[in-house]
Amino acid sequence: MPNQEQRLIFELSTPGRIGYSLPEMDVPEAELTGLLPEGYWRKEEPALPEVSELDIMRHYTSLSKRNHGLDSGFYPLGSCTMKYNPKINENVARFNGFAHIHPLQDESSIQGALELMYDLQQHLKEITGMDEVTLQPAAGAHGEWTGLMLIRAYHEANGDRKRTKVIIPDSAHGTNPASATVAGLETITVKSGDNGLVDLEDLQRVVGEDTAALMLTNPNTLGLFEEQIVEMAEVVHAAGGKVYYDGANLNAVLSKARPGDMGFDVVHLNLHKTFTGPHGGGGPGSGPVGVKADLIPFLPKPVINKQGDTYVLDYERPQSIGRVKPFYGNFGINVRAYTYIRSMGPDGLQAVTDYAVLNANYMMRRLSAYYDLPFDRHCKHEFVLSGRRQKKLGVRTLDIAKRLLDFGYHPPTIYFPLNVEECIMIEPTETESKETLDSFIDAMIQIAKEAEENPEIVQEAPHTTVVGRLDETTAARKPILRYQAEI
Amino acid sequence: MKHRYLPMTEQDKKAMLETIGVSTIDELFDDIPEKVRFQGQYNIKPAKSETALMKELFKLASKNADLKENVSFLGAGVYDHYIPVIVDHVLSRSEFYTAYTPYQPEISQGELQAIFEFQTMICELTGMEVANSSMYDGGTALAEAAMLSAGHTKRKTIVVSSAVHPEYRDVLKTYAKGQYLDVVEVPIKDGVTDQTVLKEMVTKDVAAVIVQYPNFFGRIEPLKELEELIHEQKALFVVSSNPLSLGVLTPPGKFGADIVVGDAQPFGIPTAFGGPHCGYFAVTSKLMRKVPGRLVGQTTDEQGRRGFVLTLQAREQHIRRDKATSNICSNQALNALAASVAMTALGKNGVREMAEANLQKAHYAKNRLKAAGFEVVYDGYLFNEFVIKLNNPVKEINQKLLQKGIIGGYDLGRDYPDLANHMLLAVTEQRTKEEIDILVKELGDMHA
Repeated sequence: MPNQEQRLIFELSTPGRIGYSLPEMDVPEAELTGLLPEGYWRKEEPALPEVSELDIMRHYTSLSKRNHGLDSGFYPLGSCTMKYNPKINENVARFNGFAHIHPLQDESSIQGALELMYDLQQHLKEITGMDEVTLQPAAGAHGEWTGLMLIRAYHEANGDRKRTKVIIPDSAHGTNPASATVAGLETITVKSGDNGLVDLEDLQRVVGEDTAALMLTNPNTLGLFEEQIVEMAEVVHAAGGKVYYDGANLNAVLSKARPGDMGFDVVHLNLHKTFTGPHGGGGPGSGPVGVKADLIPFLPKPVINKQGDTYVLDYERPQSIGRVKPFYGNFGINVRAYTYIRSMGPDGLQAVTDYAVLNANYMMRRLSAYYDLPFDRHCKHEFVLSGRRQKKLGVRTLDIAKRLLDFGYHPPTIYFPLNVEECIMIEPTETESKETLDSFIDAMIQIAKEAEENPEIVQEAPHTTVVGRLDETTAARKPILRYQAEI
Repeated sequence: MKHRYLPMTEQDKKAMLETIGVSTIDELFDDIPEKVRFQGQYNIKPAKSETALMKELFKLASKNADLKENVSFLGAGVYDHYIPVIVDHVLSRSEFYTAYTPYQPEISQGELQAIFEFQTMICELTGMEVANSSMYDGGTALAEAAMLSAGHTKRKTIVVSSAVHPEYRDVLKTYAKGQYLDVVEVPIKDGVTDQTVLKEMVTKDVAAVIVQYPNFFGRIEPLKELEELIHEQKALFVVSSNPLSLGVLTPPGKFGADIVVGDAQPFGIPTAFGGPHCGYFAVTSKLMRKVPGRLVGQTTDEQGRRGFVLTLQAREQHIRRDKATSNICSNQALNALAASVAMTALGKNGVREMAEANLQKAHYAKNRLKAAGFEVVYDGYLFNEFVIKLNNPVKEINQKLLQKGIIGGYDLGRDYPDLANHMLLAVTEQRTKEEIDILVKELGDMHA
């Protein structure tokens, strides 16, 4: 019954049914009306559903079947590092001592949590080559903004208030320029050269007294390592700016090159990518930020310190940018990342990058006969293809992506980065087997052939999903953003 | 090396290297300049087996005093509430938790529909017209509300009540610095926002006034009066609200709030040392196109079947880049799902009953403490928290309570210098009469 319309939970509601079992009301009850001020008692009840527990389980099970997760099948979504989410992480994060502790408990009663966070920070320092790490930011973009706020605070502490510009390559994630704006900084875009890398001369041209930072992803979103990274960092440092590392693509360089050694001053990590906090359908993530020594005074507070055998939360940070989040970050995701790192160890993390890069290059090589390869050199953990050859046949990258759905795959990232026409960005990750890669490659080859011989089948895809292509234009023009019962 | 997460065999590797045309994996890293090449392996702890690691981390977790083994009267924005068992069973469906943002709607209808339902439930509870798919938490949602207000009104001052959660205010100040906004705090009078001072503060430069409902001390702010004096100056009225309390309280939307934010943690989300929780963000339809974060909308496919998509994306960072007014990308989708399941399980009646139980039990505790001779500071209408005055430092008392298996209330002296020795107690539906009576007795013994 894949085509049967899925009802909303509100449409399943029947007055009188319940799905809860509240604790006993064992205190003497007062007259309710007197407990709230006049005019403040809710008059109309919220139209929440009335369903039994089985109704709920069936509803959400049915919804889950209409959703493709990493456990459902291959998910080569470029720049998102959709690797396997280890199940031990889920078990550990649910231990009572992690899941059911309150952030404002007395420090003596949360030593285990602080120890885990402190040790995770130690591991992330070693992995990134930075001098200190904060776990407070809740996601990658939140980490970007935190990092840029740190850089701004650093310049301002030096009386350097003219430094208002952040240099960002055109291939960067959209969050980079948006984070700069939210941090009160202006974006200057540098174009990538024909080789897909930042043009050092172009960089030299825009760097100056007003440069707050250069923000880079390395390898970049094309999956290419910025070979002139050391020179780029020198140019920016010589001009008095800082260099920021977007850690979205860290899976490509574990044990190969550390941001701290490449000349970066600030780095954020996406623990939900490289370090397997699950993506959760869009979150929660975790976006720790690492810094070099000269930026430590500005870190968000509190900072976790170790005094003898005791872990403490240090609030005495006069130069801190302040809090970026209530409490101490997305602790539950940090527990998962820590569990993962401890499951892998140093040799495991090294192998992660080896296989992530091997897999990407293998796919790239095999697919290059069927799709245009804009940058023909070894990639890192991901690579981009261009669908321009297929576009001439009337088949767009969007069509290719939709056709992949019929094969049971989540498509790659499409139309990003913006500097590649009809872009298809593939990131296989290290946790996929050769058989999976081969099957996906075969599907891509078949689609390339269909584009030549039978383009309609691609243009009209998907054919097997619970809904077909949806009318996004009407969705935006006449937004329906909530359920309303028909009157 | 062999590892259960790494499926490649030596044979696979050999075949793949051959296809690529290199003889070793190392050659694939030739583009990393020699001088920045990391030598050797990370100096981190060696890998542990599944069993050994579980054992080690269980021990580590056991060093914490958790809310299952101890009885908690600690709230201050994070609460020990009934979590229907079914919530975790739904969350454990890996089709949800191992998916990413629903960029491909045809294979993400489950997630999209769940979020659409979440948006609807938040609208219902808050009395607002539009709610987004979630924010990181209540604190950053509040800060984003301030940024939206500044952008919308083209004004630069944010007025915030001192009875708003101190950590939320701290986050607001950090964001405000980023946007060059001024934050002004309104003092409290008798435990609620001082209206006389507020009236003077709300000028034509004020973008928004932010209050909390119920406020940090558990008191019910008079939204009706506040609304009038805020809108008189055409500032936006922003209310940060515990959504559970809206099971009994008139929703802020009814009082003319422009933006309602908060944290859905009371619905199905464990305390988890403060995160991940789930911020929510709701507005009037007038502000719909300025909402940060993702929105899910209903539409149809070519055959007229109902379906859901991410919509109004022209607001977002991946389209607008440096013109975007918010940079949020990842949100708290899985926790929004948890909140949805909990709100569904509780339903129309359960939310009210649970909120009423908080009212009843908190009142019982308050009256018992009063009878035992404690001064209830800012006494008045409350939801599930109230303030008592102690003879000794709160930290000291909490350490003693902990030995009895009780996690005591919040030390208000940390944020309000004139409230040293004042404890903010939270009493939820989870607390039994016996537990409350024991707390009263233990506090009484120390008080004497």
